[in-house]
Amino acid sequence: MLTVRQTRLAWLLVLPTLLVVVLVAGYPLAQVFYYSFFKADIAFVERPEFVGFENYLFLLRDPDFRVAFWNTLKFTFWSVSLETILGLAIALIVHSNFKGRGLVRTAILIPWAIPTVVSAKMWQWMLNDIYGVINVIGTKLGILSSKVAFLANPNLVLPAIIAVDVWKTTPFMALLLLAGLQLIPSDIYEAADIDGASKWQQFWTLTLPLLTPALVVALIFRTLDALRVFDVIFVMTGVNTATKSLAVYNRQTLIDFQDLGYGSAISVAILVIIMIFVVLYMRFVGGVGRHD
Amino acid sequence: MTKGPWLIVRRLLFYALVVFVVVYSVFPFYWAVISSFKPSDALFSSNPSFLPIPFTLSQYENVFSGAAFGRNLINSLIVAGFATLISLVLGVLSAYALGRLRFPPKNAVLYIVLAMTMFPQVSVLSGMFVLLRQLGLFNTYGGLIFSYLLFTLPFTIWVLTGYFRGLPRELEEAAYVDGATPMQTLLRVMLPLTGPGLVTTGLLAFIQAWNEYLFALTFTIGNEVKTVPVAIASFGGATPFEIPWGSIMAASVVVTVPLVIMVLVFQQRIVAGLTAGAVKG
Repeated sequence: MLTVRQTRLAWLLVLPTLLVVVLVAGYPLAQVFYYSFFKADIAFVERPEFVGFENYLFLLRDPDFRVAFWNTLKFTFWSVSLETILGLAIALIVHSNFKGRGLVRTAILIPWAIPTVVSAKMWQWMLNDIYGVINVIGTKLGILSSKVAFLANPNLVLPAIIAVDVWKTTPFMALLLLAGLQLIPSDIYEAADIDGASKWQQFWTLTLPLLTPALVVALIFRTLDALRVFDVIFVMTGVNTATKSLAVYNRQTLIDFQDLGYGSAISVAILVIIMIFVVLYMRFVGGVGRHD
Repeated sequence: MTKGPWLIVRRLLFYALVVFVVVYSVFPFYWAVISSFKPSDALFSSNPSFLPIPFTLSQYENVFSGAAFGRNLINSLIVAGFATLISLVLGVLSAYALGRLRFPPKNAVLYIVLAMTMFPQVSVLSGMFVLLRQLGLFNTYGGLIFSYLLFTLPFTIWVLTGYFRGLPRELEEAAYVDGATPMQTLLRVMLPLTGPGLVTTGLLAFIQAWNEYLFALTFTIGNEVKTVPVAIASFGGATPFEIPWGSIMAASVVVTVPLVIMVLVFQQRIVAGLTAGAVKG
């Protein structure tokens, strides 16, 4: 029978992938769970000492974990909100008809094409307190009264990093929203025009509701991405308390402090936090994750 | 006729907005490029020029004069290239099964793949670290390629499944009628049709692997295996106070320009691929 043969073939085709998935995700993840109940040095894994829930209890009282947690939430909230608003504005602009639209669409893709590490370095240079072009332009235009050390000032450093992330990730948001806009049939706007609805009314009553599915998907993607932020923060400020995210703290614990047990517990906590967000989103939007 | 001037003002405001968006998007990269062409004294000026004047290639000479950066580039090419290749081969096989064949746990497999794309890399950092050490893959190309499959493979499968699903049913049926086995159908009929999809998916997977930082930083020591993102992030001067911004910008431009060109050339397809992977997801 064709179906039996098909099933056999399907299994055969999927098998190598499943094997790789078990090796690169399943097994390491199981190890992370396992070590989260032990006290062990990452350099001497051979002699772990079982400590039960001690790592998790410590995590609940750890002020560094709390700081990293709030930094991550602040980063995620501001980064995702700002890039959604900006991305929507840019998507609306490049969706409308004007001369040179193709060029503009190309131009807005550039930040997305730049590796995060490179964009972090570029902005670190631009934000330099003495020679940075932001300070030069800012003082010339009179926006800044004196040169500002954005990355050394504990009140400005997280906002500065958020601004860098917004710059880098807005194109992705804009692309997803543009795809959503293109799915909206244009004749409903003609009907609204005839009914005398203003552009502003059309945006709120037609565009936004019809764009919601694309918006939700984009929000999920970006939120999950922001919650695991590592590169931009680690490259720009390292393990600075004012900025370190959960992922940065996680790596610091594992590699700098060599603490395999506690580091693994933090990894599990990050996974749980992200899963909570996934479940909340899925509940909220209901089945967006389905592929069919 | 009061509408005429108002319309012009609105048009002008709109174009001002467009110009602002373009400047906002492009200026930082422009600044990196011109910084890489300036000699150090012009770089550290309180009144910097907005054009690469005076012009020099010495920053690029500095970057490539040490053996390390060239080595890092080759490392990145090898690691990202093989991770992409393996992902494409395994991805095509499973995406064909997931997109065209019927078998019981198909949705379960799709969910696993989707879950992996949402997975934070840092969550397996310690497990992967220990595993690579046990396998003797720490600080090797093999180790990096292996760990990169964590994100390149699920991405490839997810996007390619969409491509396969979109192909017309009749082609497959015609092949079956002609007596082709499913495997022959995949290789002779379906695979050629997914060519464009393979190029886009491969390109996106390659970009992800090329840009990866956390694993490369954690699973390598020394310059033998280190990839370019790690190299750029750790570029140091003679002293901690002397950051060689010119060299860093030159290295950044070298790493980024090929990507920017590829993205601009394949723009349409990449946008389609990204949105197919994301919006349909």
